[in-house]
Amino acid sequence: MEVVKEKIEIEEKVIMKVRNLKKHFEITKGYIKKQSSTVRAVDGLNFDVYEGETLGIVGESGCGKSTTGQLILGLLDATEGNIYFDSKDIAQMSQEELRKARRDLQVIFQDPYSSLNPRMTVEEIIGEPLVVHKIASGEQLRKEVLELIKLVGLGEHQLKRYPHEFSGGQRQRIGIARALALRPKVIVCDEAVSALDVSIQAQILNLLKKLQKELDLTYIFIAHGLPAVRHISTRIGVMYLGRMVELADRDELFVKPLHPYTHALLDSVPIPDPKLRKTHQLIEGEIPNPSNPPSGCHFHPRCSFATERCKQESPEYREILPRHFVACHHPLH
Amino acid sequence: MTTTLETSQSSLNRKKKGRFKSLFFRLLKSKTGFVGLIIVLAMTIMAILAPYLAMYDPAKTNIMSRLLPPFWLEGGTMEHPLGTDNLGRDVLSRIIYGSRISLLVGISAVILAGIIGMFFGLIAGYYGKLWDFIIMRTVDSFLAIPNILFMLIILAVLGPSVPTLILVLGGTSWVVYARMVRSETLSVKERDYVRSARAIGAKNFRIIAKYVLPNVISSFIVIATLNVASTIILEASLSFLGLGIQSPDVSWGLMLSDGREYLATSWWVATFPGIAITVTVLGVIFLGDWLRDVLDPKIKD
Repeated sequence: MEVVKEKIEIEEKVIMKVRNLKKHFEITKGYIKKQSSTVRAVDGLNFDVYEGETLGIVGESGCGKSTTGQLILGLLDATEGNIYFDSKDIAQMSQEELRKARRDLQVIFQDPYSSLNPRMTVEEIIGEPLVVHKIASGEQLRKEVLELIKLVGLGEHQLKRYPHEFSGGQRQRIGIARALALRPKVIVCDEAVSALDVSIQAQILNLLKKLQKELDLTYIFIAHGLPAVRHISTRIGVMYLGRMVELADRDELFVKPLHPYTHALLDSVPIPDPKLRKTHQLIEGEIPNPSNPPSGCHFHPRCSFATERCKQESPEYREILPRHFVACHHPLH
Repeated sequence: MTTTLETSQSSLNRKKKGRFKSLFFRLLKSKTGFVGLIIVLAMTIMAILAPYLAMYDPAKTNIMSRLLPPFWLEGGTMEHPLGTDNLGRDVLSRIIYGSRISLLVGISAVILAGIIGMFFGLIAGYYGKLWDFIIMRTVDSFLAIPNILFMLIILAVLGPSVPTLILVLGGTSWVVYARMVRSETLSVKERDYVRSARAIGAKNFRIIAKYVLPNVISSFIVIATLNVASTIILEASLSFLGLGIQSPDVSWGLMLSDGREYLATSWWVATFPGIAITVTVLGVIFLGDWLRDVLDPKIKD
């Protein structure tokens, strides 16, 4: 009952709209005989982000999920397409406008060992966003920083220390405190827990969940495996070679995957109990080179259901079931 | 709870007050750093107090007592503890006076080159593209020109003097720093903490000053201190070629070249200024090593 209610609430407000988003990297080789090729890191993404939800984005390495995150943050310029956030288009903003928009849009990075400036104390790191946007200074700044560090479960005595004096989990907490400083609406978590120990991962995920409730945050949670996002996501999108292949509510996706790739991903999750193990239908082969993607459906060379049509025609990304999008000619079920 | 709060408060206060104190204690802990500091301080004091320390006018010649050996050798006297040179000038007094120009030229030229090189290196590395191309091709052209020849031409045109010497030495050696700072900047720029600064909305100037610069400065300082050494030696070569320090001014480099002719018969004329250069350079290097460690919060104790 509660779940249903939550869904209705979520559907009310779209906070971010991504439309036909593309990012192509040009690679030129050689001076005399110039050869250029295009890597289509992100190739036509469409999705909405609802206020207060956690949208998980998963895919193999090289599928463009991190590029998507950077595009949303405005750290990379989009080649084509729009990202509407608060009815403004981030993809078309000037640097100065972007600087201001960043108050509402923050990021938590994957590697807590490289995401904190080793030359700044924790107090400076957490207070930096407030100083940059001239929100607080002096005593006020100290108070805010103190509040933030307590919010992520660290103590006042740790403020004067440098990042190298902390463990990975603690550093990630510092990174979270920094991301929260500006009271953002959306936080992009770029593999925010995958560099941490498993026991610490759960702690950080719980912290993120707690903060989401308290501060009305929306998360875009990027990860490379489905198990990592299952715990935290409300909806999950699966990416393959720069395209979204399936997007659905979490439980729906786990119970009823429509795309063969999602199905294979779910199948590849190791099951601890040997009695429950079934024969795996693992995906064969490597992820193709994004500068030379296969024709038609990008997944067809690795798909056991592929037909002649899949080789020729790129499948349309459409809403097959309510709130369940898929790009496949022959959806399962 | 209150006790932990209190202790944290007191530790905060202690840290604030004791910043310079702890810096000094850390210097005492590092033996080489301490030795470096003593040497550099001693040389600086020597340079400042030269008129009071030297027994003779460094330019005063005395043909009667030329090429006297140091006091412990046969024929040497305590009147000229380190002997005299070919014109009968007191070697010790000349070394004391020579420290003024040698240190001034060596250190100022490195500072000048460091500032120029740091500036262009940061811009080339951070902004990349056209800036990088223009700056790095300029650097390449500087490196392609024979250094000594280039300096001699400029000195010949501008006329040899201490300021022009600093200008010429600094103006040619900045390329080393520019290259180094650029490559360090390129690697630092890609770290997540720089990206995080951009995500926060920091302006480029702030990112360069607070995120890139502090993280490239340690290798920069090491190179700079090593270069104080080579600059002092370069000044010596220019003086030797006749376009550096001009008599009656005196520098260690000039003494070195003066004494070269007498190396076989009167080794002390060139050896003592050589030792002075070596000791000073070692002191600067020790101090630089220590400074690098202190600037890196990771190596604290």
